[in-house]
Amino acid sequence: MDLEIDTYAHDDWWVVSVHGDVDIATAPRLREVVIGLVSDGHLDVVIDLGAVDFLDSTGLGAIVGALKRVRTHGGDLRLVCTNSRIRKVFELTGLDRVFVMADSIETAVG
Amino acid sequence: MTTREVVLEIPARLDYLAVVRLVVATAASLDPPLSDSRLEDLRLAVSEACSNAVKAHAKEASPEPVTIRCHVGPESFIVEIIDHGPGFDPDELSVLPEVTDPERLDHEGGLGIPLIKVLADRASFRQHQNGMAVKMTFDRPSTSAT
Repeated sequence: MDLEIDTYAHDDWWVVSVHGDVDIATAPRLREVVIGLVSDGHLDVVIDLGAVDFLDSTGLGAIVGALKRVRTHGGDLRLVCTNSRIRKVFELTGLDRVFVMADSIETAVG
Repeated sequence: MTTREVVLEIPARLDYLAVVRLVVATAASLDPPLSDSRLEDLRLAVSEACSNAVKAHAKEASPEPVTIRCHVGPESFIVEIIDHGPGFDPDELSVLPEVTDPERLDHEGGLGIPLIKVLADRASFRQHQNGMAVKMTFDRPSTSAT
């Protein structure tokens, strides 16, 4: 399954809506999107993983890198994760303790 | 039921990983199937091992294919990923900082092997003459503790 990424503004946040598989082949695109947002001065970011079917360690790494990038510039990054399979990958690696993970965009930005 | 074997050879290219996940998960769905949860674990573990294999081939500029060998048995599903890269010692991999340590964010990689170890019921890593072989065993429901 390919990867599609949409971005849009929501209140004071920018949402990165991710659809498909985030693996070593596609994760660089997610990384580029976040780099682009930060370069444009959009430092508060929500990554919506609700439509992600598969996430590997490289995808996790891209999200870790995104968190570091926005924090370095004084911003914040939160996740929307409604898929238990995807949440399990964060839990197995302990990264669920690093990220703010919400069930909806409204909750994430609230 | 006797043991059946499914063998897949792919070019060492990242865009083949989705195909590998599909084929291996389909093979593991054969009677008696792994549970949906364990199939997802298998998909992730295989993808991690194949990612490492493809990266290893790139380091060596190896033109050889990556081999994925599945043993479909009555008590377990065993998958072996065989590459022709430089090899590595899984016990010599660097340890990541604790997730509560701010320096953890400096590390985007290093999670693939730990994930393989935790996802498979058993995982082994051995160097062969021309590379690495990663063998992962997923027990069938009747023999798995989970």
